[in-house]
Amino acid sequence: MPKKKFFSGNPTAKSDFYVEFVPNNSGGVKIDIQSKTRALHFSKLKNSCQNTLADLKVKHGTLSVIDNGGQYFVLQARIESAIKSASPNNINKSLPIFKKHAQYKSSRSRFRRSRLYLPGTQAKLMLNAGIHKPDAIILDLEDSVSPIEKDAARLIVRNALRTLNFFGAERMVRINQGKMGLEDLDAIIPHNVHLVLVPKVENAKQLKAVDDKIQSICKKCDRKDPVYLMPILESAQGILNSLEIAKASKNNVAIAIGLEDYTADIGVQRTNQGRESLFARSQVVNAAKSAGLQAIDTVFSDVNDEDGLRASVQEAKELGFEGKGCIHPRQIIPIHEGFAPSKSEIEKAKKVVIAFDEAEKKGLGVVALGSKMIDPPVVKRALQTIDLAITMELLTERWKK
Amino acid sequence: MGQKLKLIKNKAGRMIPAVVNGIKSVPFKGIGKHSPSGVKSAPPISSCQHYPESGNKVVASLKEALEKCNIKNGMTISNHHHFRNGDLVMNKVFDILAETGKKDLRWFPSASFPCHEPMIKHMENGVICHIEGSLNGPLGKYASDGNMNGLAVLRSHGGRWQAVQDGEVHIDVAIIAAPTADPFGNCTGDRGPSACGLLGFGLVDSIYADKVIVVTDNLVDFPCIPWQIQGNNVDYVVVLDKIGDPEKIVSGTTRLTKSPDRLYIAELTAKFVKAAGIMTDGFSFQAGAGGTALAFAIYLKKMMIEAGIKARFIRGGSTKYLVEMLEEGLTDYILDGQTFDLEGVRSMRENAGHVNTSPFTSYNWHGKGNFASMLDAVVLGATEVDINFNANVVTHSDGQMLHGIGGWQNCLSSKCTILPIPSFRNRIPIIVDKVTTLVGPGELIDVIVTERGIAINPKRKDLIKATKRSGLPIRKIEEIKEEVDDLVGAPLDKPNFTDEVIGVVKWVDGTVLDSIFKIAH
Repeated sequence: MPKKKFFSGNPTAKSDFYVEFVPNNSGGVKIDIQSKTRALHFSKLKNSCQNTLADLKVKHGTLSVIDNGGQYFVLQARIESAIKSASPNNINKSLPIFKKHAQYKSSRSRFRRSRLYLPGTQAKLMLNAGIHKPDAIILDLEDSVSPIEKDAARLIVRNALRTLNFFGAERMVRINQGKMGLEDLDAIIPHNVHLVLVPKVENAKQLKAVDDKIQSICKKCDRKDPVYLMPILESAQGILNSLEIAKASKNNVAIAIGLEDYTADIGVQRTNQGRESLFARSQVVNAAKSAGLQAIDTVFSDVNDEDGLRASVQEAKELGFEGKGCIHPRQIIPIHEGFAPSKSEIEKAKKVVIAFDEAEKKGLGVVALGSKMIDPPVVKRALQTIDLAITMELLTERWKK
Repeated sequence: MGQKLKLIKNKAGRMIPAVVNGIKSVPFKGIGKHSPSGVKSAPPISSCQHYPESGNKVVASLKEALEKCNIKNGMTISNHHHFRNGDLVMNKVFDILAETGKKDLRWFPSASFPCHEPMIKHMENGVICHIEGSLNGPLGKYASDGNMNGLAVLRSHGGRWQAVQDGEVHIDVAIIAAPTADPFGNCTGDRGPSACGLLGFGLVDSIYADKVIVVTDNLVDFPCIPWQIQGNNVDYVVVLDKIGDPEKIVSGTTRLTKSPDRLYIAELTAKFVKAAGIMTDGFSFQAGAGGTALAFAIYLKKMMIEAGIKARFIRGGSTKYLVEMLEEGLTDYILDGQTFDLEGVRSMRENAGHVNTSPFTSYNWHGKGNFASMLDAVVLGATEVDINFNANVVTHSDGQMLHGIGGWQNCLSSKCTILPIPSFRNRIPIIVDKVTTLVGPGELIDVIVTERGIAINPKRKDLIKATKRSGLPIRKIEEIKEEVDDLVGAPLDKPNFTDEVIGVVKWVDGTVLDSIFKIAH
């Protein structure tokens, strides 16, 4: 009887690896590598295979690799995935070096105008993603990963988090729904994920479960800095429970709405005008604001329709959203430009901030602009506008001079 | 076969064969250090009394025309490559030559394409001894594997003129595929079912070859107006049903790159041109038809409109994007070297500002000046660059010879040479310690733009100073290299080269710049 093969990947997927492992009880380890770039990469590929098997404490068996130009951290993940499907009790890991450029921190109040979704198995798209300067990069384990790739995706995302430089973008992962999502957390939380997107949250309890699991992992791996949460509301139930969800965790920083699932849930077609989701979107904005969180709009899915995207961002901004999802780097600039403060907004904010500075200097408790009193939230909003204007190079940092 | 040859070291520190295909080589001496003297080569004296007074040079078939040329074994047959991958003539020519028992011919095209794969069969059976001209795709692989009899000699478009004028290459018979021709041999590329724009690459062949055959599928009554090639240089005219596959000659629509990384590189390049003060009224630039170069032209156009700036001339590779700039008044002229899409062909036919040029006007080493050096900026590609800004366009890091030089080397003489290139392709870093094959000396390459930053050649202090406060991501080339090496897992293995030479790279002045070695299998 032929021995059972355990595999990870697809032999024809570009910029990836296909790995097959046949376990054995004796005979040591055999490695077979097929590669189009053998002339340049053979030693490296061989070393990488040997080291990964050593990390996983595999002593016997045959490993066959088809290299279609993937990254080494993907090879490591593919081998680990194949080995673990062969022996599910193997608890060893093969972790790539945790690069210094992967260890920067995030902050609660940072801008989250654009968040770029990247399928968790598509390492190729991750390599240069940070260069396009999205506010956040989402390594997705949920909808963009097929069911048979879930285990491998978890390891690829984990390794990507340790390896890649996202050039200052907030490092986000979208986990799966329910139990599978909780298992995702074990793989990713120790590796400096800044924020976890929790899909299809319908009540506070679901979000609490994720938060509790994160806290227990943080304790185990001695992680001190917070892991922020962004629940995604994408059902009628979730929308109606938005306030309890918004207040369910102190680690919530934003709430997002997902309209593909929401419109399906309420049984309507999603349209460009978006009348069918006006209530849900306004509800999310209000729930977010009442809990002191950012409100984040859904993705705009037609990559080629830049005008449509710009109109959609404009509308989102008018409704009170502060960010939007994107599925292609080309969408980042239109989104940033759409959320940029207008000239008159900047001018007004400058006046408010200067009046605030003067009131402080004079030790006055009340800020006035001309004869008008200015409330603290207005000042806060003006400071945010100035920050955003500086980030977008619409204003220099030395604008007061 | 790969050849074990006596190698000598040239001024660039590269080992080159002392003799190439039986001719003693002149090793590269440094930029601007080689000035040949003497007189230019010339075709034999002809006399109009030997040609029909009626002006009708049409013969019945291609075979008859070739027979009349009295081709002997070992002769050189040339052609232009304006039909690109849609050429239906040259395979026919060599099929006839094979049929009539010819051997050891040298094929001297201005470039070859994948459609010329059948030439491999003619090399195997000894009809073709070797090819001198850019070798792409299957022919590149065939030569890389050391299967070709002589050495591949890679020349730039300008270098091809230079080699003919120096007498280094004597063309016995030139085949000029012509989209429209008259019986006298006047012909043009800008109209006809196989329209390709211009015929500039065939100009040298028409002037210097012993015998010239014009092959057309659109014969018009004398005179063919305009004529790009003069019938006074033509011996025979042949009419075939179809000489080219229009869809493969020019593309119906030129497609822009959709790669976000390449678009970003293109945008950075345009911003650099502006920040460096190059984009001023009356300036000039050249950008080819590669995806990134096209996107560069589009970003630059946007900036030109915003700043109210107009170019005096643009050199192409013309495409609809350059045509739009001409028609919208953003440039006075397109000086076109080859036409890449139907819009380019139409514009050349209709617009007096869209001018057909040739490697003689633009690139020739033996011209009394050439246009390339007058360009304010040129945007080119590369397969590899090294930390000394040397660049490679003919081989890949694994040693495979896959591309020709084209006008690339000639363009390096522009006032600002910019290479917008991704910092890695498929896990292979593009910035290396030392290029596999030296095609462009670093002292002529000014700027490298990658998605991970812009590196300016330290020699260009003026550019460094001009862009210092531009806010552009200007970095040291070593720094970008280090970042990419870390990403792709370098250092990698080196390809395992044998000591057998399979080809040489000529510099624009005819000296030998580098060798291409056979890879061990």
